[in-house]
Amino acid sequence: MTTPQSTPSSSTTSGDGRGVRLQLESVGKRYGRREVLRHTRLHIAPGEFVAIVGRSGCGKSTLLRLVAGLEQASEGRLLIDGQLVAGLGADTRIMFQDSRLLPWKRVIDNVALGLPESQRPAAAEVLAQVGLAERAGDWPARLSGGQRQRVALARALVHRPRLLLLDEPLGALDALTRIEMHELIEGLWRRHGFTALLVTHDVQEAVALADRVILIEDGAIALDERVSLPRPRSRGDAAFAALEKRILDRVLQHPDAEPAADPGWPGVPAHGLRWAV
Amino acid sequence: MNAPSRELPVTPLPITLEAPDSGLAWLWPLLKTLGQRLLPWLVPVLLIAGWQIASAQGWISTRVLPAPLDVITAAWKLTLSGDLWTHVKISAWRALTGLAIGGGIGLVLGLLTGSVRLFETLLDSSIQMVRNIPALALIPLVILWFGIDESAKLFLIAVSVFFPIYLNTFHGIRQVDPGLIEMGRSYGLSRWQLYTQVVLPGALSSILVGLRFSLGLMWVILIVAETISAQAGIGYLTMNAREFLQTDIVLVGILLYALLGKLADLFAKGLERYWLRWHPGYQKTV
Repeated sequence: MTTPQSTPSSSTTSGDGRGVRLQLESVGKRYGRREVLRHTRLHIAPGEFVAIVGRSGCGKSTLLRLVAGLEQASEGRLLIDGQLVAGLGADTRIMFQDSRLLPWKRVIDNVALGLPESQRPAAAEVLAQVGLAERAGDWPARLSGGQRQRVALARALVHRPRLLLLDEPLGALDALTRIEMHELIEGLWRRHGFTALLVTHDVQEAVALADRVILIEDGAIALDERVSLPRPRSRGDAAFAALEKRILDRVLQHPDAEPAADPGWPGVPAHGLRWAV
Repeated sequence: MNAPSRELPVTPLPITLEAPDSGLAWLWPLLKTLGQRLLPWLVPVLLIAGWQIASAQGWISTRVLPAPLDVITAAWKLTLSGDLWTHVKISAWRALTGLAIGGGIGLVLGLLTGSVRLFETLLDSSIQMVRNIPALALIPLVILWFGIDESAKLFLIAVSVFFPIYLNTFHGIRQVDPGLIEMGRSYGLSRWQLYTQVVLPGALSSILVGLRFSLGLMWVILIVAETISAQAGIGYLTMNAREFLQTDIVLVGILLYALLGKLADLFAKGLERYWLRWHPGYQKTV
């Protein structure tokens, strides 16, 4: 298989409409005597949106950090486009749970972080895409939490990444802002076509955004569910609610949950349906 | 099933009507702000007025405490003869040069030990040990080493100014948010860019605190250093006046020190307000 050389982020044409292929082969991570991830095997196709859910401490953030190259796997191999992950990838960008904006730089300078001088106009453009064009000259301290996360999203996307990693980016936001951010992220993903890996504790968010939902339990993948609902996804939809409940029950190890092969109607038991009257 | 929802009419909140303008309505807020600005000065002005009256009535001997007017007259005479400016210039030169030397070395060493583990292990404990020696206790040694000319005074000032700047720079670099550094690395910043764009600005507020401490210390040590032996400077002016029992000039000297100290503090505050204007603590609340 020919493995394309991963291109540096400074050339703008590299990332348009292409995502990376991600392969995890028997990846394990140990902190001292504590094993956080065991024999994780995962294949993600280019352009896929994958959500990783699980309880706190299950190892999902660790998995993301391994993919990002922020930490080294204790065993196994991590391949991006066939190349071993060695340190921070040039085509990978992370969005953290706290926006991690530099407070001493104005919003536009934060978005343009790491960009060469010639690409500064792109920063203003991406800032407009997240709807904050008029706040470009403000200090981050003046923005609300949701606005800061939008700036962080713009900062991640301005480099045209082929792999976007999202580490519970919306956990600190209120519910309404979160829904707006979902639409924003999904819209930008469909537009740019990067591979996205979202770590979240919110199963509804996972079902709303992802093509695949992966559950990590005790350091191993316990569920790999494909979400074949049409986009854009509507939360009140019966199939949506059914799938969400099934995954949530599995996460919480609900004894009544029946593993159905197809999330469609009428394969879901009556108590698994949400009635909206 | 539920009835179809309907839109409820929304009436806007009533506009509070403002009271009709009476002729002098604009005067009251102006008086209030004026009052707020002037009130802090009320007590000092009363004190000085009381002092002047007491001296004029002879309740306080002029040898103990000269009248404010005498002090002002003495200051004016010195200004006219050009002496005041000469002394101030020399004292200020000593202070600022000492600050540049001691502060400069403190800054560089603080950056080194804060950023590079090896230097911290090598240098920090030695520096902390030396810190505990009061600079003024070194005066006999300093006189032996440097004599009584300018270098002795500069050495004393430099040594005292070194430690606050060193400590605060070291601490400032250490307390930079590691999350920001991780973010910077993952966004492709080079080591140099990381240092100048993330670490140094993050340490800046601590470094400025060190500077303010040093500025305060600088004047105190200058006063003492100028008593060692001097041919010019505010300390010389003051000591000379004491020899000739010119208490008004002594007070001029003291007031000059106070004024220069205040100016230095204002300068440091101005720096802070400019360099830290991104900080939520320095922004005007709306």
